Amino acid sequence: MVADAGRAQGALHNQTRLENALRAKGDLKLVAYMMAGHPNRKRSIEVGKRLAGSGIAALEIGIPHSDPLADGPVIQRAGQAALAGGMTVEGALEVAKAVAAEGVPVVLMTYINPVLQHDSRKFAAASAQAGVAGVIIPDLPIEEAEPVAGWLRAASLDTIFMVAPTTPPDRIATICSHSSGFVYCVTVTGITGARKELPEGMSDLLAEVKKHTQLPVAAGFGISRQEHMKTLRGKLDAAVVGSAIVDEIERGGDGVALVRELLKACR
Amino acid sequence: MSRAALTHPVDGRFGAFGGQYVPETLMSALHELEDMWHEAKADPQFQLELAGHRRAFIGRPTPIYAATRLSEKFGGTHIHFKREDLCHTGAHKLNNAVGQALLAMRMGKKRIIAETGAGQHGVATATVCARFGLDCTVYMGTEDMRRQSMNVRRMKLLGTEVVEVKSGSKTLKDATTEAIRDWVTNVRTTHYIIGSVVGPHPYPEMVRDLQRVIGDEAREQYLSLDGKLPDVVVACVGGGSNAIGIFTAFIDDRDVALVGVEAAGKGIRTGQHAASLVGGRPGVLHGSYSYVLQDGDGQILPTHSISAGLDYPGVGPEHAFLRDIERVEYVGVTDQEALAAFKLCTRLEGIMPALEPSHAIHQAGVIAKELGPGGRILVCLSGRGDKDMDSVDGG
Repeated sequence: MVADAGRAQGALHNQTRLENALRAKGDLKLVAYMMAGHPNRKRSIEVGKRLAGSGIAALEIGIPHSDPLADGPVIQRAGQAALAGGMTVEGALEVAKAVAAEGVPVVLMTYINPVLQHDSRKFAAASAQAGVAGVIIPDLPIEEAEPVAGWLRAASLDTIFMVAPTTPPDRIATICSHSSGFVYCVTVTGITGARKELPEGMSDLLAEVKKHTQLPVAAGFGISRQEHMKTLRGKLDAAVVGSAIVDEIERGGDGVALVRELLKACR
Repeated sequence: MSRAALTHPVDGRFGAFGGQYVPETLMSALHELEDMWHEAKADPQFQLELAGHRRAFIGRPTPIYAATRLSEKFGGTHIHFKREDLCHTGAHKLNNAVGQALLAMRMGKKRIIAETGAGQHGVATATVCARFGLDCTVYMGTEDMRRQSMNVRRMKLLGTEVVEVKSGSKTLKDATTEAIRDWVTNVRTTHYIIGSVVGPHPYPEMVRDLQRVIGDEAREQYLSLDGKLPDVVVACVGGGSNAIGIFTAFIDDRDVALVGVEAAGKGIRTGQHAASLVGGRPGVLHGSYSYVLQDGDGQILPTHSISAGLDYPGVGPEHAFLRDIERVEYVGVTDQEALAAFKLCTRLEGIMPALEPSHAIHQAGVIAKELGPGGRILVCLSGRGDKDMDSVDGG
C-alpha cells in the first residue's frame, strides 16, 4: 500500500520548520525526547519547557502506549508510569501544546494504535492545532503509511519515517521520499536505550542515507554521551537523545544539565 | 467467497485485516521470511521432510474419536474429537514449531525465540530446538509461569532458557511484546517462532499453512466414516491457530457451520474476559490489524481467562475477516462452563482435555441441544489437560 502521494521532497519545496531547525551548520543539532505525563502531567510540562530553553533544536514528546514494541526498559517504564497517572492522547496533546508555545519545534512520537483509535484524521488536526511540527510512528512502516500519513500531511505536519541498519539501499530511497522534516536513522539494530558505544557500520549507513535525501538526517537509539556527539558531528545533522534524558527525569531531574553537557560536544 | 480469497492474502491482508505494523528494523526480515516460506512451501523436498517429521516425530495423522458417552449426555448428537491432544508434547502447537524450525534452518538461523502463554507453544518450540540442535529462548509472563509451572520445568529440561516477563499483565501479551523486542535486537541471527496465527504478515498465513493439516486430515477421516461431513465444526480461539487449522479444510463446505469459541472468563459483561472477537474492536496489536481488547485511547486492556492459552487480548486477522464476512460464528464460554466441560469429558470419556478446548466442548453441548439426536459435531481437541492440574480443583 505504498501510495504515490507524499513526495514532499521535490527539487523545489518550502523548507518546513523542522527542516530548518535540524539542518546542521557546521555543528550537530540535538533533539531531546521526553514522555508526556512522566512522572506526572504537571511536571512533564515543566520539564518540557525547561528542555525547550536548553539549546535543543527540537523536542520529541512521547504519547505513552501500553505495548511499546520499539522501546527499551527506560522509556517503557516512563510510559507505564504516565498511563498509570492517567495520561491520555488528549492529555499528551495538551502537554505538547504547552511546550510548543515556548517556540521549540515539537515532534510527537507514538504508536499506531492510539492514533487509529483517536481517528487518524482527528489526531492530525488536533496535533496541528496544538502547534506540533511533525509525527513519528515507529510501528508504521511505509507500506502501511496511508491513509494516516495523508491526514498528517493534509494538516501540514511533517511525516518522519525511520531507516534502520537492516534497511536495504533501494528501500532507503523510498523511505526518504516518504519523509518530510527530517529522516530518522535508527543507529542500532534494536530498541531504544542508552548504549556505551555506537555500532560499527553506523557511518556507512548514515552516508548511504545522505546519498538519498536532501532532508536533514537525524540519528537516534542508543545515543547518550559526549563521545557519541563527537563521532556523529560532520556525518549528519542531528542526534536524538531519549532514554538518557528520560532516566534523568525518572530520578527527579529535568535532563537540562545533560543536554548542556552534550551540546558542548556538538559545536 | 472463493477459496482463493482466503488462502492468498492480498498485500498481507485478509480483507481489511492483517498487515505489517512493526518497526522498520524488522521489515527486511519479514520480506525474507515471506519469500523463503513461499519457496519452501513449493519445494517438494521441504514438504517431504516436513511429512516425515509429522509422521515419526509429531505422531500424525492424529485420529478422530467418537465421544459416545458425551454424545449420549448431550442428547444424542454425534460428537467426534480431532485428537490433537495425542500429538507429541500434548497439543497442536508442534505442527507449527516443526515447520518453522525447518524454515529457520533453511534460512541459516541458529537461534530461536518464542513467546508462550500456557507453555504448550514454549514446550513445542523447546522440543524442536532440542531435536534440531538450535539455541532456544522462550519469553513467558510471571503469572503464566506460576500457573503452568510444569511446562516451565519441561522447557528447562529441554535446554531452553525461559525468560520471565514481569511487565504489564505478566501474561501472553507481555511475553509476545518482549519476544518482538528481542527479535528487533537480534533479527540478523534469530528466527522468531510465533505460536499462533497472529503477528505481522506472513505469520498468520504461514502458521495457518502449517496448522491446516489438522482440518485436512479431519475432513478426510470424517468422510471415511459414512461419507458425510459434520454439521458443525467447533474449536477454541485464543490467537486462533487450532481453529484456523481445522476450519481451513471446511471453509468451502457451505453446509458445514464453523464455530469459534473465545474465553468469556468471568462473563463478557464483567470486562474480565479474553474474547476479542465477541467483545473487542478493530485495532493494531503485535504487528497486525485485527480485533483487539482495548480502551478508547487504544491502550491494550488486561484480560482474564482460567485458561492461559486463551488469555490474550488479540486474535488472528484471518479470524477477524471470517467474522466480518460471517463465515464463522464466534461465541464466548466462561471459566465455569469450561471447567464443568473439562470434568464432564474427563469422567465420561477418559480423556482429560486442556482447559482451552474445554471451552469448545462446552459449546458443543450447547449446539447439540439445538441439533438434537442425529446431529453431527466435530470438535478440535487441541491439547491435553495434564498441564492444567493446578488450575482445576480436585472435585
